[in-house]
Amino acid sequence: MLQVEDIHFNYGKNQILKNISFDVEEGLLCGLFGPNGCGKTTLFKCCMKFLKFHKGSVVMDGIDIKKHRIEDMAKVVAYVPQEHKPPFPYLVKEVVLMGRTPHLGGFFGVKRADKKKALDALELLDISHLGEQPYNQLSGGQRQMVLIARAIAQETKLIFLDEPTSALDFSNQMRIWTLLRKVAEQGITILACSHDPNHVTWFCDKVVVMNNNGIIGQGAPNHVITETILDEIYQNMCTVRSLGKVKMILPRDVAVKKRLETKTDARAPNECIMTGE
Amino acid sequence: MFKRLKHTNILERMNNHDVKGFSDMRKFVILCILFVVMLLAAAFAMVLGAYNISFVDVYATIIANLSPLHDVSNFNKLHNTIIWDIRLPRVLLAIIVGAALATSGAVFQGCFRNPLVEPYILGVSSGAAFGAALGIVYPHIFFSIQISAFIFASIAVIAAYILARTRGQTPIITLILGGIIIGSIFSALVSILKYTANDSSLREIVFWLMGGFYYATWDDVAIIVPIVTLSFLVLWMYGWKLNILSMGDEEAQALGINPEKSKMILIALATLITAVAVSTVGIIAWVGLMMPHATRMILGPDHRFVIPSAAMLGGVYLIICDTMARTLTTSEIPVGIITSILGAPYLFYLLRSKGSSLIG
Repeated sequence: MLQVEDIHFNYGKNQILKNISFDVEEGLLCGLFGPNGCGKTTLFKCCMKFLKFHKGSVVMDGIDIKKHRIEDMAKVVAYVPQEHKPPFPYLVKEVVLMGRTPHLGGFFGVKRADKKKALDALELLDISHLGEQPYNQLSGGQRQMVLIARAIAQETKLIFLDEPTSALDFSNQMRIWTLLRKVAEQGITILACSHDPNHVTWFCDKVVVMNNNGIIGQGAPNHVITETILDEIYQNMCTVRSLGKVKMILPRDVAVKKRLETKTDARAPNECIMTGE
Repeated sequence: MFKRLKHTNILERMNNHDVKGFSDMRKFVILCILFVVMLLAAAFAMVLGAYNISFVDVYATIIANLSPLHDVSNFNKLHNTIIWDIRLPRVLLAIIVGAALATSGAVFQGCFRNPLVEPYILGVSSGAAFGAALGIVYPHIFFSIQISAFIFASIAVIAAYILARTRGQTPIITLILGGIIIGSIFSALVSILKYTANDSSLREIVFWLMGGFYYATWDDVAIIVPIVTLSFLVLWMYGWKLNILSMGDEEAQALGINPEKSKMILIALATLITAVAVSTVGIIAWVGLMMPHATRMILGPDHRFVIPSAAMLGGVYLIICDTMARTLTTSEIPVGIITSILGAPYLFYLLRSKGSSLIG
């Protein structure tokens, strides 16, 4: 569904992306994982054609994006940006309705069916109660949910999310990831970047790990998110443990401290399960 | 054609049982009410004036002029001149100039993603002022003040746009800076002209800068009405795209709108109608800034509704201001003074009472 091949991009002399290649098959929820400043957002922007990359190609749904017009791109891929705040107090439902733009025609454009789809998207995210509120007065997390609803209303085969859960509370983070899984199961391909290795291992079908030197691993999260890779991007910060069959990534300091505590009180029940495999 | 389109839209909605909680019906009704208010204001303004003519006489004269026979011989000649040749074009011009400035204000605010932008931001007014001043000081070279003002207004905006354009993009910040730079250059040039002008030209320049409808004629109306109406319709068609542009360039692109292309069309048309209006009646402040705000308070920020209702409110506002300008005192007050004196406190009130919901 999405093939990225050998992308190179630099801002002036400052090379950001070098030799980036990966692909995502249809219907997968793919995580893009990497430290701050490694170029994840830049990569998104290159794939969305916001930035013109100097070398390489991006193929979406079988068509090179260089051949797509802007109007056609919007029917293939939806984009959920990081936080932003528009200057005018559009209502939440109006913002979601904007997602229907690529499908609108004519002068006044918006039809009954479009409004219906916008409301459905709100309902899917369980935020119908926000519909009548001005979008720019919501909290950051609520705005993120609205933008996700907008991307869903856009009805594209591919959705890019730039840190979809960065401003959400714990329960909403889980809700969004579960929802993204549900969306992916309907055959929509999702590429989402995230800073939380746990989220990526728990919810994604596939993960692409990058650091400043380019891509350093891709594949099923259980195979890719290992201590070696984490050490490479975070400089010996993390420990990988298993809790039952679920993988957990812990900060090494915490893991060491806990182990010391377990030694003094060997019968602490949780810690017994948490030992590494 | 557009009216019909709107009409079928309403009918379609009525038949279809609109989607619950997502109705635009109320907004359409408000648009219709505004239209009626505008007609009433115009009708009222026709009767008021320095020379007292009764209501009946005014409308008898207008109807006689409109009738195919055009037989006005049995009317008072003076009345006929005052009503048909002075007041009516003046009221029409006020409506159309108000509509032009308010529409372009709404468009600029949407394009620039900033509710404090006004149509003169790219230097239209300073350019026009310089052109007009040239026309006043050197009448034998620049034979028409209006054309000269229009040409220099266009030059100013194009220059600002070229200044701002870097690597195939026109970032908003540089565009605004470009407008400020060009504006200040032209203001300086106007000052030079003022400094060197003789007394009567200086007086004329000053009057022109304050704006007014004193010289409104049917010729002005005939030029400005078609340009503004056509541009207005195109801008209105872009209403929904403007909503999306106001979310930011990248988002517009992600939603299938070409930001550079749309912005260029919008800015070009908005500039065109501003330049036409300014070169005809001088610099009238506040209308372009204030009317879009007032509209957003009534109808919300959806530009499909903001554009037409701002236009109508702009028309109403200028009718009121111009009527005051010509009736308050025995001599005329430049209308720019009245729009500012009425407008500034109003905007202050808006910002104080509803500031947070307007600017966010």
